Amino acid sequence: MSLLEVKNLQVRVEEREILHGLSLTVNPGEVHAIMGPNGSGKSTLSHVIAGKPGYQVTGGEILFKGEDLLEMAPDVRAAKGVFLAFQYPVEIPGVATMNFLRTALNAQRKARGESEYSTPDFLKKVREVAASLNIPQDMLRRGVNVGFSGGEKKRNEILQMALFQPSLCILDEMDSGLDIDALRVAADGVNALRSPERAMVVITHYQRLLNYIVPDVVHVMSKGRVVKSGGKELALELEASGYAQFEDAA
Amino acid sequence: MNLVLAKTDTGRAISDIFAVARDRLPGAGKIADARRQAFESYERAGLPHRRIEDWKYTDLRVLMRDVLPLAAAPDAAALKRAEAAAKAHAVEGARRLVLVDGVFAPKLSDVGRLESGLSIRTLRDVLEADDAALHAQLLAPDNSDAMVALNSAMMTDGLVIEIADGTALTQPLHIVHIASSAQPAAMFTRSLLKLGKTAGATLVESYIAADGAKSYQVHDALVLAIGDGARLDHVRLVEDGRDAFNISSSVVTLGTRAHFNTFGMTSGAGVSRYQAVIAVAGEHSRVETNGVNLLNGRQHADSTLFLDHAVPNCSSREIFRAVVDDRAHSVFQGRIIVRPKAQKTDAKMMTRALLLSDEAEADNKPELEIFADDVTCGHGATTGALDESLLFYLRARGLSEKEAQALLIQAFVGEAIEQIANDHLREMAIATAQRWLEARA
Repeated sequence: MSLLEVKNLQVRVEEREILHGLSLTVNPGEVHAIMGPNGSGKSTLSHVIAGKPGYQVTGGEILFKGEDLLEMAPDVRAAKGVFLAFQYPVEIPGVATMNFLRTALNAQRKARGESEYSTPDFLKKVREVAASLNIPQDMLRRGVNVGFSGGEKKRNEILQMALFQPSLCILDEMDSGLDIDALRVAADGVNALRSPERAMVVITHYQRLLNYIVPDVVHVMSKGRVVKSGGKELALELEASGYAQFEDAA
Repeated sequence: MNLVLAKTDTGRAISDIFAVARDRLPGAGKIADARRQAFESYERAGLPHRRIEDWKYTDLRVLMRDVLPLAAAPDAAALKRAEAAAKAHAVEGARRLVLVDGVFAPKLSDVGRLESGLSIRTLRDVLEADDAALHAQLLAPDNSDAMVALNSAMMTDGLVIEIADGTALTQPLHIVHIASSAQPAAMFTRSLLKLGKTAGATLVESYIAADGAKSYQVHDALVLAIGDGARLDHVRLVEDGRDAFNISSSVVTLGTRAHFNTFGMTSGAGVSRYQAVIAVAGEHSRVETNGVNLLNGRQHADSTLFLDHAVPNCSSREIFRAVVDDRAHSVFQGRIIVRPKAQKTDAKMMTRALLLSDEAEADNKPELEIFADDVTCGHGATTGALDESLLFYLRARGLSEKEAQALLIQAFVGEAIEQIANDHLREMAIATAQRWLEARA
């Protein structure tokens, strides 16, 4: 069974249709890249999969492990294994990162009928993962993302991904605002999570990120549809020729 | 509407109360005279109402209607119930000083083995003793406010605590106000804490109800005198019963290079008002005054703070947060005056209210009056609902709607709670907020 099946998805924001019948199938173990110019609907797709309010699905469906994803609340989706790494992670002053991580992890485990992590086990696990991502301990004591640099915010997203062990990771413009060193650290974190059970959808504007996270499949989106799919070489082709050809095709 | 008649009615009721209680009120001579004068001031004004600018949002003629008779001194059964309540609200490691129904309860208090430099007496003893200087300090609060005047007339007991020059107390002091009476009644307390030069202390005040306490009124006043180079950390937690009234006033004076860090949290009482006057009277002093209201049902809580910068080179910070659910009403009035001599004053005030229901109400009234030209002063006030983008982030991480709201509310009040210097007290305040949130879900 496919992990994620998006079938002929049509989405509106207020009166404007953003996605006009988008289809996408992702199998366990695969890494898909979705590329496209600004305004092609990449982020809308990621938001609709995660369940962000404000989007109206007017047609089509999304199946996750065979279940109707659109019927589920965002927290139910998270507990079932959907994870969105935000393009712009929000700052939450007053909630220590550690407290947030524990609350979120335990909420997901509880929803799945699993026992909550004991504090020592949890701390050990967080510290391990944080160390592998070069996240200093004092960052974990600070408010969620408060005063974090762009790179730190992205690493914090990957830390959560590593902790929650989702089966579908959607990375929305993970490379935006990162310099090359920060990008490498983030990409290493993502690559460490690649596994035969887990799939990833990497949304990006630029080919650069795909040098570090090498996709199995590349899709080109334009004007709310997937207009071309291919192997990783498609990304290089785009880098050379740009998106203009597809805008005409769409 | 016949206001004169309403005032006379209230006046007569309290007049009887004063006459009846007189024999139980400590202090003769000048003290008795001061009581009578204070009572006359109160009688002239009556309960504050909305046409008194300072009380605009807290009309006691509507909300409280009447002052209840003085509570009877607690009997053995009352003390037993009070003891259970005191235990449930214990502050680990603190020296507990308990007032039950407005009367000091030595058996529930830790008055033994006082650290050197620490003196603790009851208000009753001090008013009965011959100590003009202390009496003057105790009578310092300004009776032009009717509720202060009422307290001056009726004050029955309280704590008078003195900390000698150079003494830094290691053990926090915890004054616990407990109501136990099943009969609707009022208690009138006044306490004084004096810190000598370079002294240091932590003072916690809790207002709680014992099992079975019914619709009571707390009328409290606190005088804080912080000497040169002294530091006071102060936390007050209002957790009174839902049908209770809590009307409290503080008068604070800071010397030179003094530091006052105060935090108040109101989650209890049906109607409460906390009014503080903080006089920054010595140069190079610092004040941090922070507070949180956590309200639901039909609760009404008013924090009215007046910071008086009279001298140069001082700083003050105010952070206030209100979380208002159901049909509750939160009031914050923050007035800062920077007098002509108070150059280089650095004063900032920020008040924010979070409304969780369409019928909740929050009134924020920041007021800055600046008469010096070389100062840094600022204030801000916001009122709004929870941020949708933060809610979505948390829900995308697996938190249910209620859990996400709870975490954001904690974050919201956390900004004020984090200002509490003492780790243990900060944890206590966080735990109180968590209990409130859990009760909500």
